Amino acid sequence: MEKLLNWVDERFPLTASYKAHLSEYFAPRNFNFWYFFGSLALLVLVIQIVSGIFLTMHYKPDAALAFASVEYIMRDVDYGWLIRYIHSTGASMFFVVVYLHMFRGLIYGSYRQPRELIWLFGVIIYLVLMGEAFMGYLLPWGQMSYWGAQVIVNLFATVPFIGGDLSEWIRGDYVIGDATLNRFFAFHVIALPLVLLGLVAAHLVALHEVGSNNPDGVEIKKLKGEDGHPLDGIPFHPYYTVKDILGVVVFLMVFSAIVFFAPEMGGYFLEANNFIPADPLKTPEHIAPVWYFTPYYAILRAVPPILGSQFPGVAAMGVAVLIFFALPWLDKSPVKSIRYRGPKFKIALALFVIAFIGLGILGVLPVTILYTWIARVLSVVYFAFFFLMPWYTSNDSVKPVPERVTDK
Amino acid sequence: MSDTSVDTSKRRFLVTVSSAVGGVAALGVTVPFVLSMNPSARAKAAGAPVEVDLSKVEPGMLMAVEWRGKPVWVVNRTKEMLDMLTKNDDKLTDPASDTTSQQPEYCKNATRSIKPEYLIVVGICTHLGCSPTFRKEIGPADLGADWPGGWFCPCHGSRFDLAARVFNGSPAPTNLEIPPHKYLSETKVLIGEDQGAA
Ligand code: HEM
Ligand code: FES
Repeated sequence: MEKLLNWVDERFPLTASYKAHLSEYFAPRNFNFWYFFGSLALLVLVIQIVSGIFLTMHYKPDAALAFASVEYIMRDVDYGWLIRYIHSTGASMFFVVVYLHMFRGLIYGSYRQPRELIWLFGVIIYLVLMGEAFMGYLLPWGQMSYWGAQVIVNLFATVPFIGGDLSEWIRGDYVIGDATLNRFFAFHVIALPLVLLGLVAAHLVALHEVGSNNPDGVEIKKLKGEDGHPLDGIPFHPYYTVKDILGVVVFLMVFSAIVFFAPEMGGYFLEANNFIPADPLKTPEHIAPVWYFTPYYAILRAVPPILGSQFPGVAAMGVAVLIFFALPWLDKSPVKSIRYRGPKFKIALALFVIAFIGLGILGVLPVTILYTWIARVLSVVYFAFFFLMPWYTSNDSVKPVPERVTDK
Repeated sequence: MSDTSVDTSKRRFLVTVSSAVGGVAALGVTVPFVLSMNPSARAKAAGAPVEVDLSKVEPGMLMAVEWRGKPVWVVNRTKEMLDMLTKNDDKLTDPASDTTSQQPEYCKNATRSIKPEYLIVVGICTHLGCSPTFRKEIGPADLGADWPGGWFCPCHGSRFDLAARVFNGSPAPTNLEIPPHKYLSETKVLIGEDQGAA
């Protein structure tokens, strides 16, 4: 055994990588609940890829056959229902996990220097993930698939001057049709997953280069012991591998409960109208995107047309997502973690969370005048969190940050 | 190894030129891939005109047919419906159909049609492309007592009157589009081809 390992090590850095990334990779000793979600995101990524490969074995990317092939998977393929529900639940759980993972970044200032690139890779991952989910949603070719794609692709048509050609280029036809389904399939099963894997690798390489932040926002590499290891660091393996396995076990319990008892999640994970085949002549009475897009959808609906153009609403929606890229440079606070921040940041963050969830709820409700006004107010709060950040973080009354991590 | 002097400026020139040429080539190669995503020749050729028999549409009713993959509505408007149209003008964004892209010249009139009773219109909302719902009843509870009949878009709440003109305050910027069409006989219409000067 020893000999074999030596043989490999002379040709491939196996032991060295194991040490560098696991047994001698030192992570802060004070990780808490919020640090489960990175490894869980990796788990969901694997679940999606594996269940997706098996769905592809039975699915037909053809407008005339797609809907029926999904029914076939659900009814005639052995355990097809299970594989499909795993994949559809995985899509929603991916966003649950990623939203909690991003929230952790917000509360502990993980996007701050020197982790800007980890954050930027993360935001790109988030964008690609949205594209992946959107394209996947067209594949069952149900009513929601069809009309959802119709509305989203038409968002691009509102771009001044080039919009019309752009949306035709995306669809490959003048309407959502077979050409669109075929290309979305190509993006969903191969192009975007490859990009996603590359980005996740870059995300983790950047993370291991600078090391993790932690709930105190203290840089553990500043204080090292005689052995050269950070005083507040512990080896990732076995400490955090075991911790993450606990997270995996609890997560899989929740995941299985959804797959077996509530795969449609009351219409939020799989929408009722999507059990009706796509009908280009009739829009369903009530269309709404899947829950993870609804905050942005609410922002889109909240902005009225300006000068007869819908573009401002679309632009607002785009900015609402892209603004995350700017976060590392908007935050001027001398401290990272919420534990040592002052009241201004805490209030701003609380308002932001209320706005994000509130917009998410409004996005699934039908439009009324009252709801539109609430959505407008919440959209302003959403943007104020970012645009006013340089101001309220630079003059907040922060608490002194300790030298070492605490045991809270 | 006597001559060790290296001509760095020549080297830099070669690196710059070959990078530039390589860059142009790389860009050029993406062009066919990008263009392959445009609507294909077959997609462009599809979209033959469709013939509709108007005698099948009862007064007050709507019939949807598919033209170029889009719904086209054929509505047989009753006299009462037509009378309502003139009362909407001050609540509309474009009552006189001045936006030329939204109808052929021969339908730029008060009823937006060739024959007043038959409205022929593409049933795709000019906001983001949903297909609005036909709500011909007057003053239903959900649309308000002053609803004069027309279409309501379920996606973001755009409202259109029975000449498919958009009401103020809707997210849709323009009236629904009237497709080119022509009468082949008293009761036969061909959707997708312009009629000669009317
Ligand atoms: C496929 C999706 C993703 C995967 C698999 C993933 C994976 C990971 C893993 C394994 C870690 C280390 C463990 C942890 O800190 O929880 C991590 C850290 C981090 N991730 Fe992600 N991530 C994903 C998406 C994102 C997104 C969308 C963002 C933000 C927009 C993001 C921002 C961060 C940051 C800032 C850290 C460092 C946290 C710290 O040190 O406090 N990640 N990621
Ligand atoms: S698509 Fe009709 S209102 Fe938006």
